[in-house]
Amino acid sequence: MKKLINRQPGILGRCLLGLLPFVLILLVYQSASSARLAENPDDRLLPAFSTMAETVERLAFEPNRRTGEYVLWADTLASLKRLALGVGIAALAGLVFGIATGAIPYVRAGLSPVITGISLVPPMALLPILFIVFGLDELSKVMLIIIGITPFIIRDLQGRALEIPEEQLIKLQTLGANTWQIVLRLVLPQIMPRLINAVRLSLGSAWLFLIAAEAIAATEGLGYRIFLVRRYLSMDVILPYVVWITLLAFLIDFALRRYSQWRYPWFHASQR
Amino acid sequence: MAIIELRNVWKEYGADVVLERLTASVEEGEFVTIVGASGCGKTTFLKMLLGTEQPTRGEFLLDGKPIPDEPDATRGIVFQRYSVMPHLTAERNVMLAGELAANRWLGYAFGQRKRQLREEARAMLDQVGLGHASDKYPHELSGGMQQRLALAQALMKKPRILLLDEPFGALDPGIRKDMHQLVLNLWRTQQLTVFMITHDLEEGFYLGTRLWVFDKDRLDPQAPGAYGARITYDLPVGQDDKQTLKTITAQVDDTARALS
Ligand SMILES: Nc1ncnc2c1ncn2[C@@H]1O[C@H](COP(=O)(O)OP(=O)(O)OP(=O)(O)O)[C@@H](O)[C@H]1O
Ligand SMILES: [Mg+2]
Repeated sequence: MKKLINRQPGILGRCLLGLLPFVLILLVYQSASSARLAENPDDRLLPAFSTMAETVERLAFEPNRRTGEYVLWADTLASLKRLALGVGIAALAGLVFGIATGAIPYVRAGLSPVITGISLVPPMALLPILFIVFGLDELSKVMLIIIGITPFIIRDLQGRALEIPEEQLIKLQTLGANTWQIVLRLVLPQIMPRLINAVRLSLGSAWLFLIAAEAIAATEGLGYRIFLVRRYLSMDVILPYVVWITLLAFLIDFALRRYSQWRYPWFHASQR
Repeated sequence: MAIIELRNVWKEYGADVVLERLTASVEEGEFVTIVGASGCGKTTFLKMLLGTEQPTRGEFLLDGKPIPDEPDATRGIVFQRYSVMPHLTAERNVMLAGELAANRWLGYAFGQRKRQLREEARAMLDQVGLGHASDKYPHELSGGMQQRLALAQALMKKPRILLLDEPFGALDPGIRKDMHQLVLNLWRTQQLTVFMITHDLEEGFYLGTRLWVFDKDRLDPQAPGAYGARITYDLPVGQDDKQTLKTITAQVDDTARALS
């Protein structure tokens, strides 16, 4: 018999083992929910799966009586728009400043201290200021995401740019490259997969900032809905929304990873 | 006129003298092989040739003028590793020099120019025996193939001086011989001036036109940094004899022991 550390599960075994905890969680929930409902059929804390299914169907496939919108999709669209805008702008700013500070010592000397300083400010503490300056609508929510994750992306990419082997920088110069060409042909292409990595790492915080901002001031959005129905203890809405947000987060992460593996095979080969 | 001229060149890091009193001159087209104990300053010398390090005293001249203090297209280099761009296929790596020259702003070539560069790259890859691997990324190539790629890439720029820092140190002796043959052929056809560092003394005895031995002729075992290495032997290749080889080997080994 081989030692435990040397025994690998097969592909089927891995799938089953991976699914097991999820099944267990569902079972525990199911039994706890039935127990509570048997005691009090009006209990709202742990709604039955059937109740949640009805609620989801109502939110996703029946137009809202007042506004005529499909609530789940309207919320999802609003949230994803803010997230995409915030993360997109942060990624772009991170790319530009990360490369500039990483590749050019004079820019680094000028900007690194201030970027480090900004990255130490807790973004949530700035939220009131954002609401005051940018008003209560879209801009301040997007700004919170941008302010929250850009410093991290810049600092990460600056570090990655500095990690590019000096041999390659010298090599490119001996091939006749000027500074701009070095940025374009060496630094940028090598930073791109690392940008995707940095974005994947900062998506968790981006969701956090999004939901926090939506909870405080919004008229639609996934975070807004959760905090709205909290007043009525509508766990049948909150739980499916949480699962839905989690699923979205997973899908975005998965898509980014797959794209990176397909587009930058050389990068993933060197990561192993 | 000599392409490279050293006039009493010193290189010191703080109180440590790495190289001292280097005086020599190298004509265009020479193939200088450099040997010496590990840590005696061979790479440092190459860095001064490259322009990434500056001499602390003396004059280091290229065509009679102080050597430029940053790397440029006159001096090509193949390092021991990390020499090729990991994000480009073999073919794109070899096209790089041409693409950079084709467009100052983008560093990419298009259309007719690009096709032409691709053909030149293919021809060069064939010459170094990588014709079959043109679409592979460096990580898909073996160490020896990567070094041949680096050589092809550097030669596309047609540098006047080619610097090789133990480029084949990690390779099997058999493959190393093949690579040396390759370098010698390219050197003859492209009329380069070559400086090549190697660890293998015997290699230096038959390769190229001239052998330099870097060694400390003064050595204080208590303070190995007190004196720097000099060019202790400057021999035309071909006039070698077993006795000289033995003497040099013994001296270099002594220095190596003192430095380690
Ligand atoms: N940037 C630096 N600062 C201080 N000392 C340095 C620096 N670079 C090199 N040295 C010292 O200079 C000496 C020569 O180093 P160098 O790399 O030139 O040796 P080498 O002959 O190429 O050795 P090897 O054969 O192992 O590659 C070493 O003692 C090293 O510690
Ligand atoms: Mg060295």
